[in-house]
Amino acid sequence: MSLANVASTARRVLAQLRHDPRTVLLVLLVPSVLMTLLRFVYEGRPGVFDRAGAPLLSLFPLMTMFLVTSIALLRERTTGTLERLLTTPLRKLDLLLGYGLAFAVLATGQVAIAFTVSMGLLGLDVQGSKAVFALLCLMVALLGMGLGLLASAFARTEFQVVQFLPATIVPQLLLCGLLTPREQMNDVLRAVSDVLPMSYAVDAVHHLSREPAAGAALWADIGVVVAFATVAVLLGAATLRRRTE
Amino acid sequence: MSDANRSNAAVKVAGLTVSRGGVDVLRDVSFTIAPGTVTGLLGPSGCGKTTLMRALVGVQRNVSGAVTVLGSPAGAPALRRRVAYLTQAPSVYGDLTVHENLRYFASLADVGEAEIRGALDRVELSLLAGRLVRRLSGGECARVSLASALLGDPELLVLDEPTVGLDPVLRRRLWGLFGELAQNGATLLVSSHVMDEARRCEEVLLLRDGRLLARETPAGLERRTGTHELEEAFLRLVREPPQAGEPPA
Repeated sequence: MSLANVASTARRVLAQLRHDPRTVLLVLLVPSVLMTLLRFVYEGRPGVFDRAGAPLLSLFPLMTMFLVTSIALLRERTTGTLERLLTTPLRKLDLLLGYGLAFAVLATGQVAIAFTVSMGLLGLDVQGSKAVFALLCLMVALLGMGLGLLASAFARTEFQVVQFLPATIVPQLLLCGLLTPREQMNDVLRAVSDVLPMSYAVDAVHHLSREPAAGAALWADIGVVVAFATVAVLLGAATLRRRTE
Repeated sequence: MSDANRSNAAVKVAGLTVSRGGVDVLRDVSFTIAPGTVTGLLGPSGCGKTTLMRALVGVQRNVSGAVTVLGSPAGAPALRRRVAYLTQAPSVYGDLTVHENLRYFASLADVGEAEIRGALDRVELSLLAGRLVRRLSGGECARVSLASALLGDPELLVLDEPTVGLDPVLRRRLWGLFGELAQNGATLLVSSHVMDEARRCEEVLLLRDGRLLARETPAGLERRTGTHELEEAFLRLVREPPQAGEPPA
C-alpha cells in the first residue's frame, strides 16, 4: 500500500466531484428534503416520526454510496482508465482506499446535514448517542460502497448497474424491519432478513433510538454491518482484475 | 539463450499464443525488439495488434509462451514504473481538466509539475491545460492520453494507435517525437494502420489473423514485395495465400 497513491486517488475523485456540483448537492440535500417530507407525512404523530425516521436516516448513505460507487467503478472499467491504472504502480487496494476516502468525505457531509436538519429542525428524537448513530451511518456508507463495487463487476452498462439498486437494496429495505418488525415476519422472510446486512443496521438504530446507553447488543449489530461491508469490499476488490479477456 | 542476449532485447516474445473464448487470437508469435528503436505494429483491424500490446504490458489473460520485457516477465510489478501503455480509446477522465488528469497520472509515476508541463508541450496541449477533457475534440483527447503515457520517462512505450484522428501536421510532429524518445534511449512499439507511418519506424511487425507475417525494415518490406509503396507492400503481403499449416482466412 502507498499512502501517497491513496491520497492522490482521493484527490482525483474529489476533483471529479467538484466538477459535478449537481450530484454533490443532490447527495447532500435530498436526505434532508425527504426527512422533512416524512415529518409532515406524520404530522402530529412524533412517536411514529421517530420510529420511522431514525432507520430511514441510516438508509440514505447506503443508497447514495451504492449508486456513486457502482457508477464510478463501472466507468473506470468501461473507459479503460482501470486498465491503464493497473499498468501503473497503483495497487488495487490504493485505488479502493482512495475512493473510500473521497466518498467518506461526501458521506460525512450528507450525514452531518441530515442529522442537523432531522434532529435540530424537525425534532427527531434519538435516545442513544448521536456520535454512535453517526458512526453507524458511516459504516452503512461503507457497506453501500462495497455493494456498489460488487454491482459494478456484474454490469456492462450504466443502465444495468442502476437496476442493481432495486435488485439488491430494495429487498433489504422491505425486510430490514423498517416496514414491519422482523419478529412479526413469517419464518422464511425472517430467515432471509437474518442474512441481509441492513437488518443489523436497522436493529442497531432501534437500540439507539430506544436505549440511552450503548449496550453490547448495539455494538454487536454495528460489528455485523462492518463485517458485511468488509467482505463486500474484499469481494469487490477481487473483481478488479489486472489480466482480462 | 544467454543472459547477455536477453538483456540486449527490450522485448523478447517467444511462442506467444493468446486464446479468447476458445479461439486463438494470437498464434505462436515470436520476435524481439532492440532497445532505443521505434517498431511499428501493422495489420488489418482485428488481426491481434491490441491483444499483442496487452500481452506485453501484462493485462491480457490466457497467455502462453514467454514474454520478457526489459528483462522481467511481462506485467511484473517492477515493470510498472518502466513501461507505459497507451490504450486505443483515450483512457483519461472526461470529468477532469487536462491538467488534473496529468496531475493524477504524474503522482502515480512519482513526477512533478515540470514533467507535466513538458508532456503537455510535447503533445501541444499547453494552452488547453485548464479545459475539461470531455469538452475536447477526439484528437485532443487522444493527446491527453498520450501525454499521460509520456510522464516519468518510461523505458518502453507501448502505444496503441497514438496518431489516429490527428491531422497530418500533428501526426508528423508526433512521429518526430517518437524518434526523439528513441534517440534518448526509450523503446517504442507503435501500432497503426496508416502505412506511411511505417516508414518512420526502424522495423515493422506485420500481423495478419493472429500470426506474425513479417518482421522487416520498411525498405526490406518494399524489396520483398517488389513495390515502392508501403501501402501496396502491405496489401500484397496480406493477400498472399496462407502458408502450409495455416487455416484459410
